[in-house]
Amino acid sequence: MMSKFKESRNIKTPDLATSSTSDIVFILLFFFMVTSSMKESMIMVIEKTPEATEVKKLENKSLVSSIHVGVPQPNFQKAFGTMTRIQLNDRFATLEDIRTFIAAERDKLNEVDRNKMTIQLKIDENTKMGVVNDLKQALRQANALKISYSAKKTKAIF
Amino acid sequence: MRRRNIPRITSGSMADVSFILLFFFLMVSSMDSDYGLIRQLPPLADEGSKNEETKVNERNVFIVLINQHDQLQVEGQLMDIRNLRAKTKEFFLNPSNNPNLSDKKEEEIPLFGKVMISKGVVSLQNDRGTSYKTYMMVQNELTGAINEMREEAAKARFAVGYDDLTEEQRDAIGKYIPMNISEAEPRDIGGNK
Repeated sequence: MMSKFKESRNIKTPDLATSSTSDIVFILLFFFMVTSSMKESMIMVIEKTPEATEVKKLENKSLVSSIHVGVPQPNFQKAFGTMTRIQLNDRFATLEDIRTFIAAERDKLNEVDRNKMTIQLKIDENTKMGVVNDLKQALRQANALKISYSAKKTKAIF
Repeated sequence: MRRRNIPRITSGSMADVSFILLFFFLMVSSMDSDYGLIRQLPPLADEGSKNEETKVNERNVFIVLINQHDQLQVEGQLMDIRNLRAKTKEFFLNPSNNPNLSDKKEEEIPLFGKVMISKGVVSLQNDRGTSYKTYMMVQNELTGAINEMREEAAKARFAVGYDDLTEEQRDAIGKYIPMNISEAEPRDIGGNK
């Protein structure tokens, strides 16, 4: 009798096999690396892009440059106010800077790709069209004519 | 020979290391993919070519105005944005050849042959106080109207949806139903009546 009890006390619950956890996490890691894109610059404006149903995906990421338009984020409002501002790369800019920005972005591309350059306009939905019209006019002056109004893809807008 | 014990590599911390990597990528990357309405801006007009642009016949211009209160005026009438898509399609297709809607011209298009093409142009004008949200809704509806017409044309001519067409067929459809949305110099188009 006694020996039977002793035997059962010796049985230990087996360790949980943890060696495959790293594999699982690596798969997760690769998934995120493939599906996501790096943030090139810190966004300093509030940009809630409008929703649209007829949007197309931008094909070639390397040909795309972004311009952000919106009200500065709360932590920048002390220094930059609450008026709608334009952000190029990682600083606030004026309409006069658009031309140099476009020229710099165009220089980064190959000679053959330069006319395929697309400007992605990430504009907050509460922006007034006056600012957008001025921006578009500046882009025309800089001869950057292919643009994309950034929007979120939805099924229905009404 | 005496068997030596090879010390095992402790793989327990491997998971921690890869978790740190995972969190790093989660922090620095963004998931939102880049969708948008793609448009081609017209080049800056020379002084000489301005007069030519204003010669568009009045019946061929579909004037869409948005005021600073985000109200929509289409062809002189207030309109709800929900009706814009149907109205735009009616203007371009003009099935009953209504003299108030867009005129058509005969043109030779590859894969289509001789077909009637609408001469219509959408003139989109907005106030400086119009909100970008409304503007995008209008742009979306106008694009939607054109996409729907292209889809119907693709189904009628090639018996497949627009997305499944070849490059050549898409070009033909693009010529058959061009995307004529003009907003370049708002004051020049439809302004002198």
